[in-house]
Amino acid sequence: MTAQLIAGLRLPVRDGDPASEAGYHRHPRRKGFFTDTSVCIGCKACEVACKEWNAIPEDGLRLTGMSFDNTGRLDANSWRHVAFIEQHRPDAPAGEDLRWLMSSDVCKHCTHAACLDVCPTGSLLRTEFGTVVVQEDVCNGCGYCVPACPYGVIDQRPGDGRAWKCTMCYDRLTTGLEPACAKACPTDSIQFGDLDELRTRAAGRLDALHAAGVSDARLYGHDPADGVGGDGAFFLLLDEPEVYGLPPDPVVGTSRLPSIWRHAAVAGLSLLAGVAAAFLGGRGRSRPNRAGPSRSGPNRAGPNRAGPSRSGPNRAGPSWLGPGGRR
Amino acid sequence: MTRRPGNGRPGTGLTPRQPPESASSSYYGQPVLHPPNWAAVDIAGYFFLGGLAGVSSLLGAGAQVAGLPALARTAKLGAAVAIGGSLVALVHDLGRPGRFLNMLRVLKPTSPMSLGSWLLSGYTPMAGVAAASALTGRAPRIGALATGTAALLGPAVVEYTGVLIGDTAIPAWQDGHREIPFIFAGSAAAAAGGLGMLGAPAAQAGPARRVAALGVAVDLAATRLMHERIGLVTEAYERGRAGRLMRAARVLSMGGAIGGLVFGRRSRIASALCGTALLAGSLCTRFGVFEAGVASARDPRYTVVPQRARRR
Repeated sequence: MTAQLIAGLRLPVRDGDPASEAGYHRHPRRKGFFTDTSVCIGCKACEVACKEWNAIPEDGLRLTGMSFDNTGRLDANSWRHVAFIEQHRPDAPAGEDLRWLMSSDVCKHCTHAACLDVCPTGSLLRTEFGTVVVQEDVCNGCGYCVPACPYGVIDQRPGDGRAWKCTMCYDRLTTGLEPACAKACPTDSIQFGDLDELRTRAAGRLDALHAAGVSDARLYGHDPADGVGGDGAFFLLLDEPEVYGLPPDPVVGTSRLPSIWRHAAVAGLSLLAGVAAAFLGGRGRSRPNRAGPSRSGPNRAGPNRAGPSRSGPNRAGPSWLGPGGRR
Repeated sequence: MTRRPGNGRPGTGLTPRQPPESASSSYYGQPVLHPPNWAAVDIAGYFFLGGLAGVSSLLGAGAQVAGLPALARTAKLGAAVAIGGSLVALVHDLGRPGRFLNMLRVLKPTSPMSLGSWLLSGYTPMAGVAAASALTGRAPRIGALATGTAALLGPAVVEYTGVLIGDTAIPAWQDGHREIPFIFAGSAAAAAGGLGMLGAPAAQAGPARRVAALGVAVDLAATRLMHERIGLVTEAYERGRAGRLMRAARVLSMGGAIGGLVFGRRSRIASALCGTALLAGSLCTRFGVFEAGVASARDPRYTVVPQRARRR
């Protein structure tokens, strides 16, 4: 009992397997997406399948002017987003100077997920598949996960208030089906499976592309040593991540948390000390009856001079460096 | 720095936009991150009120010990009203206000908002009891106990909001996470000192004047340090609405603090004016930090450029 309680209070162990870190003792292997953008044809079947299966509301039919991308970005109502990048590269060899990059973006299901860490209600949870899911019956719409996500994925649904994002089709996974987007993808650009197997497959694909002369090809989010402990959904890209709207080096805020608390603790203690000093420092003057007239003179001048704006060089100058300090 | 696409302007649908040109560009100038959906009035207002309450509790306890009853009353009442207002703002900002009690479903060390919710549930009743006892003069012992507890929790109430925004992906907040706790501490001290100067007679407001002056000094020094340390993201604090707010905050805070030290003892009116300026300055600081965060999330440069530099 006591041991259980202590185990419950312990901060999560960071051993790289998110399901076991979350406390699942027996669980399936970690599931993931490998999105190979080199074979994406921009058909948006993934976007449509996702909306259909998950019953995501229609969120505006508009033209953005961004090539064929009229979805714009991942948000509460778009859990897959196909980016279209028309590139003019004057330096490239003839025939390759114009290219069209397409990539189907999705929630990364981070190993160390910022949204999950900061969620104050426990609405965001880690599933047995190692994925990250919002429980819509618990979320109270505090919105903290939104700025916490280093990828700009999760968002609140207008008019509903709660946070929504890709669940990697949790309902389908529990019955052994693959997620709707991967099922619908006609070119296998979106591959679903056990994450370790996908990583091996991606490394092979990268080697093949490099051997074929596609030197731009690179993996993104595959490395367990990166700032989020590696992504559950990772990518093969043909240009820098930021070209696709992805952050080059995302870091989970939780890794910074001990440092933030340390600074806050020092600031808080300084506050205590400062207020105490403000009371002690003026004791003679706040009770004028006790302090003689001879004392109140210099005391009054003290704090006035050592005012906040002049506490720096001005005070140090004349008082102890003075004219002698210059020599 | 050569960014072709516009500053995150939405497309008109009439003219195709410039595609990203070089490897250091962005996706059509779109933000990488989602800025918070929080309403500035609710959340920046809440940062201000929480800070005001926390340091007011410290001032109230100090004034009680030092035998300054009018200052103690002002500070305790101010703390209770401010924390009440901040709770209203917090609940109002929820997407599902009816579910605000879900904040107390779990206690999560990794979530500053979870810890903060528990902290506020402990602090708020204490601030309330302290104020009620000070106003009515009843149950002085319970009042003193509540005053002491609220004062001990006060610095945590002030500080956790800085931790909360530091633990996000928003460039202006995460990059400033070392200094923001000090900016918030200083800003909170300035506000609470200002309230003391506004509400207590000049003869009793000495500690309030000194707390405010100290707070302004810490706030401005920490802001300066942050600007020197965070590089490119400094722009987010200097430009646009955030820049105007931060500049207004500097003028109001310095004016209020210096004016308070020089004229505060002589004139009740000057003391009240300086107190008001300090409160306004603190409010501007909080809104400025908030707006800087939003601006830094909207422009992909602040996300991409530092991360690229880090990766090299």
